[in-house]
Amino acid sequence: MQNLFDIFVKSIFIENMVFAYFLGMCSYLAISRSVKTASGLGIAVIFVMAMTVPIDYLLEKYLMKPGSLTWLSPGLADVDLSFLSFMVFIAVIASMTQLVEMVVEKFSPSLYNSLGIFLPLIAVNCAILGGSLFMQEREYNTLAEATVFGVGSGIGWYLAIVSIAAIREKLRYSNIPAPLRGLGISFIITGLMAIAFMSFMGIKI
Amino acid sequence: MSEKESLLSKKNLKLIKDPVNENNPVIVQILGICSALAVTVKMKPAFVMAISLTVVLAASNVVYSLVRNYIPPRIRIIVQLTIIATMVILVDEILKAYVYDVSKQLSVFVGLIITNCILMGRLEAFAMGNKPWPSLLDALGNGAGYSLILIVVSFIRELFGSGTVWGYPVMEKLGVYHTGYVNNGFVALPPFALILVGIIIWVQRSRVRKLIEKQ
Repeated sequence: MQNLFDIFVKSIFIENMVFAYFLGMCSYLAISRSVKTASGLGIAVIFVMAMTVPIDYLLEKYLMKPGSLTWLSPGLADVDLSFLSFMVFIAVIASMTQLVEMVVEKFSPSLYNSLGIFLPLIAVNCAILGGSLFMQEREYNTLAEATVFGVGSGIGWYLAIVSIAAIREKLRYSNIPAPLRGLGISFIITGLMAIAFMSFMGIKI
Repeated sequence: MSEKESLLSKKNLKLIKDPVNENNPVIVQILGICSALAVTVKMKPAFVMAISLTVVLAASNVVYSLVRNYIPPRIRIIVQLTIIATMVILVDEILKAYVYDVSKQLSVFVGLIITNCILMGRLEAFAMGNKPWPSLLDALGNGAGYSLILIVVSFIRELFGSGTVWGYPVMEKLGVYHTGYVNNGFVALPPFALILVGIIIWVQRSRVRKLIEKQ
């Protein structure tokens, strides 16, 4: 339990997808003009990550790791399919995104309408593929750990996009040098926010 | 057949030149920022990343452009991702075989080329409606624009962050440490990359006024 809580806090604050690894930057910058859409996209990302990371974990464990096919027959102990992991992960993410889109459309048309085009864009959000690849690299031991990591990373991304959207809403009333307006100042603010998030780095858990 | 356009006509040259400056993928189109920031602490990994991305982009742009007329629009995203993923796996295996230490430093970021928005962006915006040769030029141009930003950012970060250029200890040879100069550790940290790109955007937009956003 302690271990799971550690992974959860770590993935939200200390190893935040946006501020520590710059993942999911493109949609983070493009869709952070207003808090409302930003939070809709953030929730969708949490949802997709919470599903893809555990699924990819199971695929990795029972299909692709060297020697992971022994449950089929002991003769397959030497088979190493790990070079296929990129392809498998991206396929899972693309199909999950499609699934989430259909489910949301069916059960909550109002949320579907407010998210609009952002839902399919999740497929190319690098934070999500990044989550699966980090899960693979860090070699989590149980399904629970992988799930918690997925949920935590998603929440960290949500936190990041909502906070920059809030700041950008306020920025509209300030006097910024013309060439720096919009994109430039967003970059610099993200940098400052990343410095703030670095203060979590000293925390050892 | 209408008359054939020469291979390096003015229109085609523009495809290469534009993305380097006025239509730069990173600082104007906001594509592929994640990797541009994460791998730029040292010049060597940044250079390898730039080359890998250009190769993947060129290969997938040409392949997609060749098959563009046979693909139903509804499944095109899956096809695009499959083409890109195949190319990335090839590049990843080659890096692991020949420059293993750099490939370790890049860690997950080679894999993340798949979701690098430059790729999907260019496939959607260009290769889908153009012949293979212009698609190749477009890929090379965008690859060059991306590489330019990566190299500028990594040069500044490596020089001031660890006092070296391409691993060569420039600051030490110049003897500036005797004067009390110390490397700025902050430059090597992730947040500085964001601020640096912000400043590059500022400089670029001051030069090309038409890129300035309306309030």
